[in-house]
Amino acid sequence: MIHFVLLISRQGKVRLTKWYSPYSQKERAKVIRELSGVILTRGPKLCNFVDWRGFKVVYKRYASLYFCMCIDQDDNELEILEIIHHYVEILDRYFGSVCELDLIFNFHKAYYILDELLIAGELQESSKKTVARLIAAQDSLVETAKEQANSISNIIAQATK
Amino acid sequence: MAGASLMDTLFQRSLEDLIKGMRQQLIGEPAFISKAMEEIRREIKSTDLSTKSTALLKLSYLSSLHFHDMSFADFHALEVLSSPRFAHKMIAYHAISLSFHDATPVLLLITNHLRKDLTSTNEYEVSLSLQCLSKIANVDLARDLTPEIFTLLSTSKVCVRKKAIGVVLRVFWKYPDAVRVCFKRLVENLENSDPQMVSAVVGVFCELASKDPRSYLPLAPEFYRILVDSRNNWVLIKVLKIFARLAPLEPRLAEKVVEPICDHMRRTVAKSLLFECVRTIVNSLSEYESAVKLAVVKIQEFLLDDDPNLKYLGLRALSTVAEKHLWAVLENKEIVIKSLSDVDPNIKVESLRLVMKMVSESNVAEISRVLLNYALKSGPEFCNKILASILSTCSRNVYEIIVDFDWYASLLGEMSRIPHCQKGEEIENQLIDIGMRVKDVRPKLAHVCRGLLIDPALLGNQFLHRILSAAAWVSGEYVEFSRNPFELVEALLQPRTILLLPAIRAIYIQSAFKVLTFCLHTYLLQNKGTTFSSWSDTLLPGVLSSDFYESLADLSVGNGPSVTVTPGHVSPSSLERNDLSYEYIVNMLNLVELAFGPLSGSNDVEIQDRAQNVLGFIDLIREKVLNSSVQKGNVSEGKDVEVADIVELMHHAFSEELGPVSISAQERVPLPDGLILKENLVDLEAICGDIGLPSSNSFPFESTSYKEEVGNSLSNLEIKEGLEQLNESTSLLAEHRKRHGLYYLPSDKSETISNDYPLANDPMSQDNATDDTNDLLKLAEQSFVPRRKSSHTKPRPVVVKLDNGDEIPIASRKSEPKDDSLSDAVRDVLLGSEAIIRTSSQSNLSDKPPNKRKGKEKQHRDIHEELKENLVDDRNPSSRRSRHRRHGKERRQRSPRKKNAEEGGDNGQKEKQKSSHPHGRHRQRADEPSNVAGQTSEVPDFLL
Repeated sequence: MIHFVLLISRQGKVRLTKWYSPYSQKERAKVIRELSGVILTRGPKLCNFVDWRGFKVVYKRYASLYFCMCIDQDDNELEILEIIHHYVEILDRYFGSVCELDLIFNFHKAYYILDELLIAGELQESSKKTVARLIAAQDSLVETAKEQANSISNIIAQATK
Repeated sequence: MAGASLMDTLFQRSLEDLIKGMRQQLIGEPAFISKAMEEIRREIKSTDLSTKSTALLKLSYLSSLHFHDMSFADFHALEVLSSPRFAHKMIAYHAISLSFHDATPVLLLITNHLRKDLTSTNEYEVSLSLQCLSKIANVDLARDLTPEIFTLLSTSKVCVRKKAIGVVLRVFWKYPDAVRVCFKRLVENLENSDPQMVSAVVGVFCELASKDPRSYLPLAPEFYRILVDSRNNWVLIKVLKIFARLAPLEPRLAEKVVEPICDHMRRTVAKSLLFECVRTIVNSLSEYESAVKLAVVKIQEFLLDDDPNLKYLGLRALSTVAEKHLWAVLENKEIVIKSLSDVDPNIKVESLRLVMKMVSESNVAEISRVLLNYALKSGPEFCNKILASILSTCSRNVYEIIVDFDWYASLLGEMSRIPHCQKGEEIENQLIDIGMRVKDVRPKLAHVCRGLLIDPALLGNQFLHRILSAAAWVSGEYVEFSRNPFELVEALLQPRTILLLPAIRAIYIQSAFKVLTFCLHTYLLQNKGTTFSSWSDTLLPGVLSSDFYESLADLSVGNGPSVTVTPGHVSPSSLERNDLSYEYIVNMLNLVELAFGPLSGSNDVEIQDRAQNVLGFIDLIREKVLNSSVQKGNVSEGKDVEVADIVELMHHAFSEELGPVSISAQERVPLPDGLILKENLVDLEAICGDIGLPSSNSFPFESTSYKEEVGNSLSNLEIKEGLEQLNESTSLLAEHRKRHGLYYLPSDKSETISNDYPLANDPMSQDNATDDTNDLLKLAEQSFVPRRKSSHTKPRPVVVKLDNGDEIPIASRKSEPKDDSLSDAVRDVLLGSEAIIRTSSQSNLSDKPPNKRKGKEKQHRDIHEELKENLVDDRNPSSRRSRHRRHGKERRQRSPRKKNAEEGGDNGQKEKQKSSHPHGRHRQRADEPSNVAGQTSEVPDFLL
């Protein structure tokens, strides 16, 4: 199973963290410090796997972002690389050639997409189309809600409560 | 209040504002964040849900990327959750799955929210709550929401159902009884036509089977069908993982799946699936020769690939194969050796591991040579990894693979001289260990240690100090093999020893003492036969000694590195052993006295104490030796005898042989009367204070090794703090005492010592060999070919092994009770003891009519049986009866294996069997005809 997913920029800034196993906030910060120290220093033409505390961390760099997933010893590294690629493709399709800034300003969107892809540390949806459809549907639900909230009448109703 | 809230709403910073502000960094990040947190704390108390949810979103951002505590907002998150708007719910669920954990107090309040959303008609709301539940479910939530999950497992909405399947995993961990409710439906989903659904279910079973595979054996037919039929790589990978765990438990299952797996391996183009097939074969099906051969071919493809990932995985797979099929590694040795110089440190480490797997007693020397050359030219980290693996491989099982110990002793010496060497402790232990265990190696060992001691340059490297201390000890202990004791004394007393830690200097001093005693003893011995005056009248001691003092004074002033100077008129190097002249002895005494003079005022007790002892001894001896010579034969025989007695006494004290100590040595000592071992030692704690007591482990070495540890950690500290640091540690005394034999029992084995032992080929001369990879490859080529043992010209020397080995007993592990209850539940469901299901469902699921569910179970079981029949039929079209017979046979086969497992000390197994008692009883009565109908469904593997 996947224990956590991290997105770290080349400068070591954290862009997304998702934890499927229990870690306290303190441990989370420590894990990221440790791993970014290991991963960011690795050269470009090395293999994408790192042994870490008895787990394996599979990482892949896309542009300025490192996508990292931590898995058990007997999990399939190549499968995880495919999942990472899958996620990147979905992000790319959703944002339209995704860049780091997209993820910075839409950090919650990146989470929602990841949630459609993985559940409880397992892959739940391998079809890009399906994920895109589900996210679009959720977006439209959010939009209608936002429109309602921002209507003048709503604000007046709030003010005169 | 309304006004304030309106202002908040209108002028609230959105998440985007927050991120922008942070990126501008006008006031610095920490200041900006603390300001933002202040705002959030205010806004989150707002009554307006929009304001509240925005604040919550911002807080989630800061929490997930900047690790700020957000537990203060737990209750507010629940408030936002109750909003009817989807956007709010989304934010709230995100925040909750981020911050809630098992100990969150408001977790109790979320149950109803979740239940409401789980039963909502909006599938997206259901998805959100499932997503959240998969993260935060604890025992209570899992128990209370099991009915809702159960319903969702058969919903028609695909995206909801597969999420429900994903959640089941967490629910099962937390609340094993849910298995009795949900398991059947989960299994039903395995037959779903939608590959997404199958993928989700297989994923769940893969995780479940990783904890307790045996319980899932009955589902093997379903998995087999997927393995054969599915073309979805995600699903196949998971199914392969399941079979990798099931196959070792059931040989006939392994036989059945090995062909389909090979088919996949031949057919697939996906590397991930291919790799999974390879790994399944090498891990779990390694006894199928043809399959392994195919897998090795695929591994070879991986190794030759340009992709470093495939190369790394290929090496990994190869090291798994190596356990049972070493030929696979030997076939690929070229690639493995080449990988040692790969750019990727991970690949290097893997290939190192593989190289060490190829080591055998016939090629250990050559491989070590290859590796040492690699170590010389690689960086410090990899160099030490190489050294560590050589050391551990060679010392494995009491130096099992070493035949030529002379060679090994010189290898250790050579390792110490590698510039990056940081394995001082390990080398120290092995130098002393082989000295004690292997008598035949002592002459060579003494030679190697002398080489280390007389090199003043080595004293400058603090990583080598431990090795030097061992070398000093060996030189003192086995001084009888030394060609030139004087040189040893000089080396031991050279001024640069000031760089050593006091504890190690103490060993140096003690060793010098031993050497001195040995020389005096030899000297007295050789003169015993001759008349006393014959040696004394050849001397002019007064002149001699004053001369000598001068020359020594010169020496000690020049504190330079080149201290190994031989005094003019006595040239010890020309001296043969057993031919010690009077001058030789006097020189040595003077040298020792001169060097120890200042040490008797040392700040360190260890050094001071020892130096004083030696000086005292010299005083005693020298006076008489000098007096006797001045009086020229007027000396009475009595006095001489007195001196001889003292020296004899000291010599005996030191010549007692030290041997390795058995772990059970302590146990063999009979318990003295009146000694109460079980007395409470709480009082000791007060005395020992922060030192702490050794754990109650019954390993008798514990106390000494513990002391040594304390000593080590202290010495490490001191290295950092500087060399001149005061040291009054009593633990060092303990360490020293240990070294000097108080804790050792004498070895009663007597072997003959041969001094003219042939020397191993000198490793240093080979050092100049070019370390070009190709040359190494050639060398390796020869070395990895397994050779006959007959090539050894001399037999392996005796290695002292203690009766019950030197292995540390490993405490037996206990399996976790939670897992047990989960697998119990699974077994109960799968193996069909209906009574348990009924009672548990009554207590847990009173709102469900039991009849309906029972019907479903029956229906399911029919499918199950049908499948099994199909599977059996394609192998052996036989009647029901014949199947029963096979089943009976099978049980007989099974039972001894079970017994073995129990004897193996698997406590968990026993417990499981006890607790799943009803099912066990069924099995015993299997031959009764009335039970046959029920039996067919509960036997896990007769269908194979």
